[in-house]
Amino acid sequence: MFEALGQRFTSIFSGLRGKVSESDLTNFTAQIKTALLESDVALEVAEQFSKQVFDKAREVSDEINRSTNPAQKIFEIVNAELTQVLGGSARRLRFAKSAPTVILLAGLQGAGKTSLAGKLANYLKAQGNTPLLVAADLQRPNAVTQLQVVGDSIKIPVFAPQPGNGVGDPVVVAANGVKFAKDKLHNFVIIDTAGRLGVDKELMQEITDVRDAIKPDEIFFVVDAMIGQDAVKTAQAFADGVGFDAVILTKLDGDARGGAALSIVSMTGKPIIFAATGEKVSDFDLFYPDRMASRILGMGDVASLAEQAKLAMPQETSKKLEDKFVRGEDFTFDDFLSQLEAMKNMGSMSKLMGLLPGASGMKKQLENFDESELIRTRAIIESMTPQERNNPKVLNGSRRSRIARGSGRAISEINSLVERFSQAQKMMKQMRNGGMPAGMGAIPGMGALPKPQQSNQSSKKKSRSGNPAKRAIEEGM
Amino acid sequence: MSLFKRLFTALKSGSVTSDEWEQIRSNLISSDLGVKLVDQLIDQAKSIKPDDAKEAITRQVSSWLSQKNRNLIMAPDRVTTILVVGVNGTGKTTSVAKLANKLKGEGNSVLLAAADTFRAAATEQLQTWAERIGIKVVIGAVNSDPASVAFSAISNAKQDKFNYLIIDTAGRLHTKQDLMDELGKVIRVIEKHSPVDEILLVVDATTGQNGITQARTFIAAVAVTGFIVTKLDGSAKGGVALAIEKESGLPIKFVGSGEAIGDLAPFEPGSYIESLFN
Ligand SMILES: Nc1nc2c(ncn2[C@@H]2O[C@H](COP(=O)(O)OP(=O)(O)OP(=O)(O)O)[C@@H](O)[C@H]2O)c(=O)[nH]1
Ligand SMILES: [Mg+2]
Repeated sequence: MFEALGQRFTSIFSGLRGKVSESDLTNFTAQIKTALLESDVALEVAEQFSKQVFDKAREVSDEINRSTNPAQKIFEIVNAELTQVLGGSARRLRFAKSAPTVILLAGLQGAGKTSLAGKLANYLKAQGNTPLLVAADLQRPNAVTQLQVVGDSIKIPVFAPQPGNGVGDPVVVAANGVKFAKDKLHNFVIIDTAGRLGVDKELMQEITDVRDAIKPDEIFFVVDAMIGQDAVKTAQAFADGVGFDAVILTKLDGDARGGAALSIVSMTGKPIIFAATGEKVSDFDLFYPDRMASRILGMGDVASLAEQAKLAMPQETSKKLEDKFVRGEDFTFDDFLSQLEAMKNMGSMSKLMGLLPGASGMKKQLENFDESELIRTRAIIESMTPQERNNPKVLNGSRRSRIARGSGRAISEINSLVERFSQAQKMMKQMRNGGMPAGMGAIPGMGALPKPQQSNQSSKKKSRSGNPAKRAIEEGM
Repeated sequence: MSLFKRLFTALKSGSVTSDEWEQIRSNLISSDLGVKLVDQLIDQAKSIKPDDAKEAITRQVSSWLSQKNRNLIMAPDRVTTILVVGVNGTGKTTSVAKLANKLKGEGNSVLLAAADTFRAAATEQLQTWAERIGIKVVIGAVNSDPASVAFSAISNAKQDKFNYLIIDTAGRLHTKQDLMDELGKVIRVIEKHSPVDEILLVVDATTGQNGITQARTFIAAVAVTGFIVTKLDGSAKGGVALAIEKESGLPIKFVGSGEAIGDLAPFEPGSYIESLFN
């Protein structure tokens, strides 16, 4: 029903040839506005932003016209402008002068505050902090239990003196929670609160009372990336009500363009500080404005993908593969297996994969990654002799039936594995010949994968692109 | 003055300025109806004779609505099974509770099933609601197969001759194929024993244009029979729900307008459209 901004831009670009006239620019900015609206950017923000782009483009119109690719030039302006607005006031977490640093979470119902509280605590703990979670959502049935379960699973204490389900005073719980943290020398306190609507005066007063009782160092407004035009009104209501210092975006693993991010930042002037990207407690990261800009523009979040791949693939594995790759050595069954194992850790990559243009085929494969299949595959490979593993060409019929017996699998399974392996091997060769960025080395283990389309992005190009998505590819990820 | 009134007054006097058109357009856009539908509506309005404007526009918006029955299905001589699905945090569990309470109030016996075995304390959340309503809920172990919870629920419901079985499911993003497949499995398991009569997709009124993709994907994955639009008590207009109705031809059956058990009402197109353009 609606096109991604990127597609829309591409079609606008193809209409722009030669000199760009004033009316071209007007038309172009009108299109940007519509495209932003389709990405859920609020009307007034879309208007303001497209005007900003128009002014910028007009300022440098000579440069645009001199350039060999005016469309690309304008795109760079849009991208840079968007990154700038999204990240202009970006900042990192502020520590209190004297511990504990108190963080209050606020937001609409269903935004994802409770799981976010767990993710944030987990993130802080991984950096050597000693966070305490405080269960001050005493409204939603079993929100307290939910936080306790989350806390248990990540071994972070939860201060939950009240059962919730309508019982207890969040102001008292929050205040006692902070006191408890001081006594027990926790250096961070994260306070989960009930979801509330911007229009609910009474509940807005309640969280304002919580704020006044504990004087938090940071108030974070937690917002669902799928939110529509209402983002502005709601963000404004929270800004005017309890007030907040920064924004956390959740559910970025969906395919919402997340235009609300632009709306909220523009309207409130508050930066986005973190992003939640999945249901696992580790699906949490700092907010990267350039990635978000690419996302809103539909360019694919290549930088995130690269990072995720690096994290998932154990360092030695990726180093070893890279070395082999450079030396032009052959890809063996052992490599295949270690890649498959890396894939297992990369389950969460599937969502990033979806953000990569042209990689939807891979995304499917990653999503359908089946652990039991990994186990079967490992059994088969482990039934091979070292020689067979290093030189699959020797796998004749009798060897295959021996392996089938040894691993307890059907011969047809052995055959299909060998087939998948050969395809992976072929892909490795293609990659070596520049068919695919080297950092994507984790992928061939998946077997018959479609080659990602990067027709407009030559990996050999030396110039650094102004577009972060492209730049990531140019830099070999 | 409501936007509709303003629009019609302006049209009647035959003097809608371009500023006014812009104003009307922006009001509609901010309801999350989507740029395309809004422009369709505006173009239509601009092209018709002022005198007929009201009727024509009302007719056009009404023509977007689903023609399907908005009432909940009731199987006369067996358990009616309702599956509630949707992305994370839209209000599924709360809606399950509200719906159960409503059906119980109408004199039915209702059994709940907590097939969200994934999210922390999701089962407990539904149990708390069931206690408040005074009905039974079938539960499973943490991280157990939701299909097995559904299976014991349908067996239970058949054996004890419940009028309704309502199944709460885990929130899932439509982009996760394995989770969408999981829903299919839940349905297949139930249908071995008894038909699934309603699959209600819960749509949060604050959702933007992504709601359309959500609906499209859920509908492609399972046989959705209608929608519940939640959180209409906020400042969001929920226009995307109308866009979804238009695209899918499936009806919005209920709307949620608060966190309390009674905050669920049958969908009333007339007043909804009115509120959309206010
Ligand atoms: N204001 C308002 N809040 C609602 C409405 N429906 C649900 N909520 C709230 O939205 C939040 C999420 O509701 P749940 O019923 O837990 O949502 P869910 O879809 O089951 O969530 P998950 O199972 O985590 O995906 C809770 O705080 C509910 O009280 C509504 O109509 N209006
Ligand atoms: Mg739920």
